[in-house]
Amino acid sequence: MNAALVIIFLAAALALVLGVLARYGKEMTLEQWTVGGRGFGGLFVFLLTAGEIYTTFTFLGASGFAYGKGAAAYYILGYGALAYVLSYWLLPPIWRYARSERLISQPHFFSRKYDSPLLGVLVAAVGVAALIPYLVLQFKGLGIIVSVASYGAISPDTAIWIGAAIITIYVMTSGVHGSAWNSTVKDSLILVVVVFLGIYFPFHYYGGYAEMFRAIEQAKPGFAALKPAGDGGILWFQSTVLLTALGFYMWPHQFGALMTAKAERTFRRNAIFLPLYQLILLFVFFCGFAAILKVPGLTGPDIDLALFRLSIQSFDPWFVGVIGAAGVLTALVPGSMILIAASTLLANDVFGGLRPDITQATVARTARILVPIIALLAVYFTLQGGQTIVALLLMGYAFVTQLFPGVIGSLMPVNPVTKPGAFAGIIVGVATVVGVTLTHSTIGTLAPFLPSAFNDINVGFVALILNVVVAGLVSMATRSAPTPSVTRA
Amino acid sequence: MRNIRWLAALPFIAILIGTAFVNSVEPLVFGLPLTLAWLVLWVVLTAAIMATIYYLDPENVEAGDEGTNR
Repeated sequence: MNAALVIIFLAAALALVLGVLARYGKEMTLEQWTVGGRGFGGLFVFLLTAGEIYTTFTFLGASGFAYGKGAAAYYILGYGALAYVLSYWLLPPIWRYARSERLISQPHFFSRKYDSPLLGVLVAAVGVAALIPYLVLQFKGLGIIVSVASYGAISPDTAIWIGAAIITIYVMTSGVHGSAWNSTVKDSLILVVVVFLGIYFPFHYYGGYAEMFRAIEQAKPGFAALKPAGDGGILWFQSTVLLTALGFYMWPHQFGALMTAKAERTFRRNAIFLPLYQLILLFVFFCGFAAILKVPGLTGPDIDLALFRLSIQSFDPWFVGVIGAAGVLTALVPGSMILIAASTLLANDVFGGLRPDITQATVARTARILVPIIALLAVYFTLQGGQTIVALLLMGYAFVTQLFPGVIGSLMPVNPVTKPGAFAGIIVGVATVVGVTLTHSTIGTLAPFLPSAFNDINVGFVALILNVVVAGLVSMATRSAPTPSVTRA
Repeated sequence: MRNIRWLAALPFIAILIGTAFVNSVEPLVFGLPLTLAWLVLWVVLTAAIMATIYYLDPENVEAGDEGTNR
């Protein structure tokens, strides 16, 4: 075992210990376990919600995307800023409603707002469908880090199993308290590592940022600006930024993180600082760009390896270990949040929604039993492979953003979306995403009469448009019958 | 000062639409490709806009909000 692996495993062990310690002296009810008893102050909520951005998705996915697709990666910088602007007005009413009704999950929110437990079940199913690719990408990141850092001694498959086991153990012992403590450690470490690498690589290999971008421009003209058209072009950028900005707070695990807040003002203040926190992404992009000319030749899903390959080529094993440790934490912490969210959704909202007579204790027990089962499912999909980290997250977003119209409607004084409208919109939106994904078709093949520019639009965004249209039409058709329950909230 | 909240529309216009009009590698701005520099500028301006809105929003001044402990 080399120095890099020793450090990486020490970090994983530390995460486990912190997770277990966080539980000490706490009674673990379902509400404690999932939303930390709603007692977290600004800093923890900041770290839990901001911490979401600093996942393997950013660390390996964003740098790999900059390496492989160039300027298309900039979308990540854009959507975060817009999502935080929305959060200022979106989050306080959600938080207020959820607190007064003692809700702990997003499907609860839907079933209460629309007075339909069945809608809650549908929303939960959409949430789980979106969370699986998100969990898969964390496992994929773990596999990359551990196997590359072992200099080939540990196969990526074995590394994925190890990572899945660690996540499962600490979720089962401590729930969200483990995540909060580890978030603190993770965010400090990732900040230092990413900023260092983002400065070191461009200066060490090129002599500065301008020099690096000039060298890239010479080798691949136009790579650091958006293409005028095509996949990763301007229309793709615009539709993807809008889709992901709207979907940002629709993630079921984000909902859980929001519910940990003590006061609603926390969200408004965080809307000021979170955009600035986004700027760390710049350094991630620099790592990816620096790798373009130094570790050339990675294609397909292998672009995710860019940051790590360059690190191995540049540093001693002990420092590769530190980078790897930061990387492992960026997968473990969000991975645990996602696992908690998915198991709670299935136990509380799908299982509990279909069988309202079961007790809270049964739900809590079921949630814990589901943790290793969901982890196994995600390991299975991870081992199937084939997709880049960014593609996996965008698939999750395509699903989860379909919930946005229903949430926005329900926050208005008079909800323009009726119960059947919400059902129809979500089903059409999700069916569009599934259909397009499974058949590998594009807008062009589905609707050849449209101009070719429509091909560049993110599929999830097209699904969202259809969703809104269908929800609007069905709501209009069903509005004639007075439904006081819909407007109650 | 309620109208101040319309400032929040600016980041959407700048990032979603504006980007298409400043999309090129050259000139480099502080060493960054123009497209990237534009986005960075707007991330910073977004924070400034949200700070302005926050401090002028009466919701954040009234005592009814229990946000005093942090």
